[in-house]
Amino acid sequence: MHNFLDFEKPIAELEGKIEELRHLSDDGEINIAEEVAKLQTKADRLLRQSYARLTAWQKTQVARHPDRPRFSDYVADLVEDFAPLAGDRLFAEDRAIIGGIGRFRGFSAVIMGQEKGADTTGRVKHNFGMARPEGYRKAQRLMRLAERFNLPVICLVDTSGAYPGVGAEERGQAEAIARCIEISLGLRVPMISVVIGEGGSGGAIAIATANRVLMLEHSIYSVIPPEGCSSILWRNGEHAQDAAEALKLTAQDLYKLDVIDEIVPEPLGGAQRGRREAIDAVGDAIERHLFELCRHDGAVLRQKRRDKFLQMGTKGLS
Amino acid sequence: MNWISNFVRPKIRALVKKAEVPDNLWHKCPACTQMIFHRELEASLKVCPHCGHHMRVRARQRLQLLFDEGKYTTVELPETQIDPLRFRDRKRYADRLREATATTAEKEAILVAHGRMDGEATVIAAFDFAFMGGSMGLAVGDGLLAAARLAVMQEAPLIVVPSSGGARMQEGILSLMQMPRTVIAVEQVKEAGLPFFVLLTDPTTGGVSASFAMLGDIAIAEPGAVIGFAGQRVIEETIRETLPEGFQRAEYLLEHGMVDMVVHRRDLRETIINLFRLLRDKRPPAAVVQLPQTGTGSKHGDSTGGTSADGTV
Repeated sequence: MHNFLDFEKPIAELEGKIEELRHLSDDGEINIAEEVAKLQTKADRLLRQSYARLTAWQKTQVARHPDRPRFSDYVADLVEDFAPLAGDRLFAEDRAIIGGIGRFRGFSAVIMGQEKGADTTGRVKHNFGMARPEGYRKAQRLMRLAERFNLPVICLVDTSGAYPGVGAEERGQAEAIARCIEISLGLRVPMISVVIGEGGSGGAIAIATANRVLMLEHSIYSVIPPEGCSSILWRNGEHAQDAAEALKLTAQDLYKLDVIDEIVPEPLGGAQRGRREAIDAVGDAIERHLFELCRHDGAVLRQKRRDKFLQMGTKGLS
Repeated sequence: MNWISNFVRPKIRALVKKAEVPDNLWHKCPACTQMIFHRELEASLKVCPHCGHHMRVRARQRLQLLFDEGKYTTVELPETQIDPLRFRDRKRYADRLREATATTAEKEAILVAHGRMDGEATVIAAFDFAFMGGSMGLAVGDGLLAAARLAVMQEAPLIVVPSSGGARMQEGILSLMQMPRTVIAVEQVKEAGLPFFVLLTDPTTGGVSASFAMLGDIAIAEPGAVIGFAGQRVIEETIRETLPEGFQRAEYLLEHGMVDMVVHRRDLRETIINLFRLLRDKRPPAAVVQLPQTGTGSKHGDSTGGTSADGTV
């Protein structure tokens, strides 16, 4: 059973009708199968149409969809022999960021990312994917480990942002993020980041200062959530839709701005409707970029990563 | 209407008010609400003489406070894309920029200058909070990169003085990208073996604190400055509790090990100069060595001749 978003109502209605008819067809009427097929075609067409022209706000909703594959799903499907590594060696283990060493399509790699959690218990356990300084310091530790053993770093980004809390501030949230960026920029191993859902501000860039930055077709990446932008610039929370539009936070806009390197296509109706397909598409894209990056030596990788960010901002939307 | 009220009117006002007469001779301290005569306030470097509250100072005054004799040369900043997203909220970003330029008489939220401190070449990049809350967009990022280049070229230390609410939302993702870009600037200075100091002033928050501002070799904060990542309102809404006393203030950060020191505005220059000296003059002053006498060697059996045997010159 799908969780439908607001704008998917007509599709939900059609699928409901199809479901009803299917139950009826058990009674042995012949022309119902035909009717179902017709409705299915219509539903697919509707889905294709609405997903082909999602607004920035609709994309925001899709990017946050609870049925979208999360970090753990990607690891389960793409990584063999995953050995999760815990703790920042300073204060605590932060489950908002999971990381470890594993085998991705033959490559030993350090793999990390924010985990939002599958259900209520999981969400609480992983703090909704909002990391505290410990999470970012664990990420730093894993990056150093990757460097020491010459392993590529693969990051999957999915967070609404770094956790805004008293403890997080006291223990230096800002410093933890800044240091993460600094270490990323110094790495002499390939680093690839993929935004698989929400790329929320500083909490995202901390693990996305990479040689290649990819985004799933309906994911978002923004300096501030549209709700926050609305309450600051419009002085109330009611303009989130306008803010989403103005912020240019879709994968398509970011690609035009040269901020990301590739858009990974999602199956019809979004990653939440074809989880396996979406995960495989992400895996294929990472593999391709990894092969390309592995051709360069460490110093070149580091230089290229820096140059990439230095050049950013010369291209605008026209 | 916009153009008239945002651009023309401030310009006319600026013309009319050309005279150096402050529109208000008395200032009220926002902390203790005491009235302060403007001359006294200037003399105390905008620190309240009653309660010690450090008021914000503009970028040019900051530069003047830090450089020898208050003398410096600002650097022309590189041209950057203006309004790359054609952003519009209740107002157009392009209009907000024009307005900020008109009211602050500055081109952007950062000034980069070089001059001398303790007689030695120094580069300082100072944020101007009056310009759109000191927010960091492309121009500010490029300004910091230019400051880093200049420091490396002059083999001079770099001081950055943030006073910024964070990233400039109106430049969307490109403002977020200034975080790695400014970290690169810092790295360039550090890799050249030069000191990179950060003077954290009110406020240093958001994307600015989570990038170059927390990476100083030495981090000095002004008393009472708000320094942190998340905004206080956002934190309150998340935890649904009132925040602890003095939360995110300089002294609180000192207590939690996040800055090296909190220094009164009048002592900043001397503190920085002292640290520069310690990092610059690392050995005891060269001892006065007696030059060996030449031409008398052979008679006294000095086989080494005119140069000293232990290699000192």
